[in-house]
Amino acid sequence: MMLRVILNSREETLRLGMTLGERAVDGTVIALVGDLGAGKTTLTQGIAQGLGVTHPVTSPTFTLVQEYEGRLPLFHCDPYRLERAEDLLSFGFDEYFERRGVVVVEWADKVSDMLPEDLLAVTLSLAPSETIDSDNHPRNCEIEAYGVASMSLLLAVKEAFA
Amino acid sequence: MPDLPSPYPVLGIETSCDETSVGIVVDGAHIRANAIASQADLHALYGGVVPEVASRLHVERMLPVLHTALEEAQLGIRDIKAIATTNRPGLLGALLVGVSAAKALAYALDIPIVGIHHLEGHLYSNFLVAPDLESAFPLLMLIVSGGHTQIMLMEAHGRYRLLGRTRDDAAGEAFDKGARLLGLPYPGGPNLSRLAETGDPKRIHFPRAGMGDSLDFSFSGVKTSIRAFLERDNGQTPLEDIAASYETAIVEALVEKMLRASREYGVKTLCVAGGVAANRLLQLRMREMGEREGLRVVIPDPILCTDNAAMIAAAGYFRLKHGSPHSLDFDTYATERLA
Repeated sequence: MMLRVILNSREETLRLGMTLGERAVDGTVIALVGDLGAGKTTLTQGIAQGLGVTHPVTSPTFTLVQEYEGRLPLFHCDPYRLERAEDLLSFGFDEYFERRGVVVVEWADKVSDMLPEDLLAVTLSLAPSETIDSDNHPRNCEIEAYGVASMSLLLAVKEAFA
Repeated sequence: MPDLPSPYPVLGIETSCDETSVGIVVDGAHIRANAIASQADLHALYGGVVPEVASRLHVERMLPVLHTALEEAQLGIRDIKAIATTNRPGLLGALLVGVSAAKALAYALDIPIVGIHHLEGHLYSNFLVAPDLESAFPLLMLIVSGGHTQIMLMEAHGRYRLLGRTRDDAAGEAFDKGARLLGLPYPGGPNLSRLAETGDPKRIHFPRAGMGDSLDFSFSGVKTSIRAFLERDNGQTPLEDIAASYETAIVEALVEKMLRASREYGVKTLCVAGGVAANRLLQLRMREMGEREGLRVVIPDPILCTDNAAMIAAAGYFRLKHGSPHSLDFDTYATERLA
């Protein structure tokens, strides 16, 4: 099942993220796909808000993983700097899926082999536009569920976000 | 406050990311050695940092770099009075190499040891080029690198207040990602700056994220803008002009917030630290602003802007002078805020 939405502004991206975060449960895995500037970190900031994380969420590109405390712990991973997916294993990437909490993986297409099967994939892309003001640049967003748990999350989000 | 004897050589160790470094600083001010083995050439092969390779290389290089530093300083290991090592934040596997070496040395030599926050090290790199900063508190510090962008108020040794920080990407990260979009090789930041030197910085006006009255930064917008621009431009605008306009947008945001912070907090001495502090345009614009506004601007030499252990040794000296050493069982942390 897939849900397609157009996000017309930074606020809408944040609102979708918040909806995801509010409805996420222990074990939720959200895989983000999209190029540089597509809105992955912004969406994650929304997810964190929805999870009640108060610590500011910044790009984890440099640190590879950031952990935050919220209603559930949030693990924000970013393999952008890594050349090989296996390198994620060297700092225990796979262990995050065993821990209590919600995992958000940016650049998920780079590490698809290492992700659990039941995940919610969110693909973001810049829609054609004349603006170079990134806050108001429309984004196409496709959300796809790959299992039972992610399906129920997607249904909840669909209801709340429509 | 314990007065430290003089001369007091502190040996610093830094392994939080790509560089294996051992530095020796006497009395917190005089660099006797600053040996650095960089993995940048290796990571260029892979297009980025490989954590496992990073940790293994730190292990391989630790002892040779230590020997190089002692030779450079013309000191024996028994001349060292204390050890300082970066214990947070960074890649855990990498940090542990330096911390373990430091603990082993401190234990064997029976001398004090302190764990230092990596960013605190960067702050103290300024004291190595301007020892008189000790009598110039409060200081406004811009820490700007691939992983960090923040403005700190340093009120005294060990007393920091976070005034502003990036809400998304670090400035160095914005440089690197912009460079990748322009098709430039690793390391992206310096290559982008080189390209920008011959470009027209006024050609494109990339948006500056104002963030209102806040001293926070946002660099993800300018990154999206360059991408949107490149997609529409179809290769018509010279890359030099795009690079120069992009670099200017980032640098102006940094300089503008430092000026705003200095006015808001009435601070007359401005310091810059971290990898991006080596950026030529940032240095130029900071110095111009300082001259125009009657503010003192301190920027360390390029070698002290990158990750290095001399700055860790300097931070360690002042910690021992104004605080106390750690016990040998102190921990290592992947993430922790300085303030």
